[in-house]
Amino acid sequence: MSATLRHVGWVLRTNPVTMIAGFGALGLILLAILGPSLVPYDPVASNVPMALQPPSPQHWFGTDQLGRDVFSRVVVATRLDLAIAASAVTLSFFIGAVIGSFCGYTGGKLDLWVGRFVDVLMAFPLFVLAMALVAALGNRVENIIYATAIINLPFYIRFARAEVNVRRNLGWVEAARCAGNSHAGVVLRFLLPNVLPAMAVQISLNLGWAILNAAGLSFLGLGVRAPTPEWGIMVAEGARFITTGRWWLVVCPGAALMFAVLCFNLLGDGLRDILDPRMRT
Amino acid sequence: MASITPLARRAGRRLLSSLPALFGVVVFTFLLMRVLPGDPAVFFASGPNAGQAEIEEIRRQMGLDKPIPEQLVRYLWDIGHGKLGRSMGTGQPVVTDLANRLPASLELTFTALLLALSLALPLGIIAALRPNSAVDHAVRLLCTLGVCVPTFVSGLLFIYAFYYVLGIAPDPTGRIDIFASQPPNVTGFLLIDSALAGDWEAWWAAASQLILPACTMALFVLAPLARMTRASMLAVMTSDFIRTGDALGLSRRRVVLVYGLRNALLPVITIMGIVFSTMLGANVLVEKVFSWPGVASYALDALLASDYAPVQGFVLLMAGIFVLVNLTVDILYGLADPRISIE
Repeated sequence: MSATLRHVGWVLRTNPVTMIAGFGALGLILLAILGPSLVPYDPVASNVPMALQPPSPQHWFGTDQLGRDVFSRVVVATRLDLAIAASAVTLSFFIGAVIGSFCGYTGGKLDLWVGRFVDVLMAFPLFVLAMALVAALGNRVENIIYATAIINLPFYIRFARAEVNVRRNLGWVEAARCAGNSHAGVVLRFLLPNVLPAMAVQISLNLGWAILNAAGLSFLGLGVRAPTPEWGIMVAEGARFITTGRWWLVVCPGAALMFAVLCFNLLGDGLRDILDPRMRT
Repeated sequence: MASITPLARRAGRRLLSSLPALFGVVVFTFLLMRVLPGDPAVFFASGPNAGQAEIEEIRRQMGLDKPIPEQLVRYLWDIGHGKLGRSMGTGQPVVTDLANRLPASLELTFTALLLALSLALPLGIIAALRPNSAVDHAVRLLCTLGVCVPTFVSGLLFIYAFYYVLGIAPDPTGRIDIFASQPPNVTGFLLIDSALAGDWEAWWAAASQLILPACTMALFVLAPLARMTRASMLAVMTSDFIRTGDALGLSRRRVVLVYGLRNALLPVITIMGIVFSTMLGANVLVEKVFSWPGVASYALDALLASDYAPVQGFVLLMAGIFVLVNLTVDILYGLADPRISIE
């Protein structure tokens, strides 16, 4: 354990960027939880006489076309954006881990059909697939989550399958089987816990990607509806005013989006160094 | 010529092996669009108070009253005959619409890919030749930031900087200024068509419209390409044959570009497939930001109007292009490393 801690300490010391990214991510999570109670203005209350004001001491990020405070909207949106990305990644993580583990363990027909299905998913450009899924499932927030989860699924299935496949004939797996565990029991209680840590590294890396995807979908007008504060849709609304120089409507939510993705990406790289020294680059 | 035959055989085999996935794509797309909620017949009825009879008539016209398996068979039959249905929005056959708009999307995507490659390769090489130098860190920073900026934000920032502040970019809508003369349509690629016609004014008009969206897309895929170039260059440059080349007194340029780069290109070619897939996705966002009249913005409009046929056609087209790209990557792979095609 102390060796692990020393390793973590070493990684953080030699790579302060990971630490900063970690604090950034922590800050974002806190903002997601506390945000709505911290903001100075109601994020959906319009105040038309104050529309399209540039940033000022009263409105740090300016106001939008309905006079809503952009700062409040950006802060409040953190919760929705992070929640969408986190639920999507969690969903695909667990479903992908279970499906992939069973495929890797049993092989045969199941493996074949799941493999085919994954091939079909991978034959689509993934963002296009997500678009089509949201359109088909219905234009709602939860469907952005499902769509993002589905396009993440192939990576987790393949990863879990490969990891289980190399372990399924190891001594301790056979021992677990001899001890009278059912096949499902062996997979769920013995193999899966062994695979999860390696997969966990993927989560942080994937979170950034999921945030980008979800924001991209809502930028296109899929999922999140207009008055709801969300970074993607705020950029889409601000896009109409960029040619007249109202930069803050795009820059502020865009910068928030960028910051979130940056934090999770850097954190993911750092976590990989800590948890999976084999993959170190 | 001897090397062409195995290459062709390889390409053919690869194409055959991608057919099941392509078939899966067709079925998947079909199911996605038909089984799930949203009745297009209601949407396309003339008004909110359209009678039940009128809706039934539209359903019958669209073949929506048949059982699902029969609809699928009909759909497959139609695809086999090059019919992708009719767009309710434009009233045109989807194939015609897609064919009209595809060159715009391809011109944008290929320009972006060329831009990205012509930036990423030199950056990756320079970074790999001087690991941990200031250049290396600058490249890494650029890559890290590049993947974090969503294309729709960077596109809008480009518009702000180059159109609003500097005033050097044209109005960011469409492929060519509406007042500029359109070159005669030969390939559909405006840059090529206007060059063929010798109309350099039109060429310039088209190029200046193209440059911002192309840069936006290039920036997004710059990172994976540059990173991969750097990593594989770094590995190759420590090989024995590089040391031998240096020891033989070959010029540095020859060692790096001929012996180093050719061997380092393989992993870069491998990720080109993924990069292209990302670009086809990013295309949708970029086309929306710049009102680019390509297939993606066409599909998006149809999608928001629950118009099935264009979306299906678009998704099929994208999957088809993706299969072709992977095939090309495979062939390039064989060309870059002759050992692979010998087998």
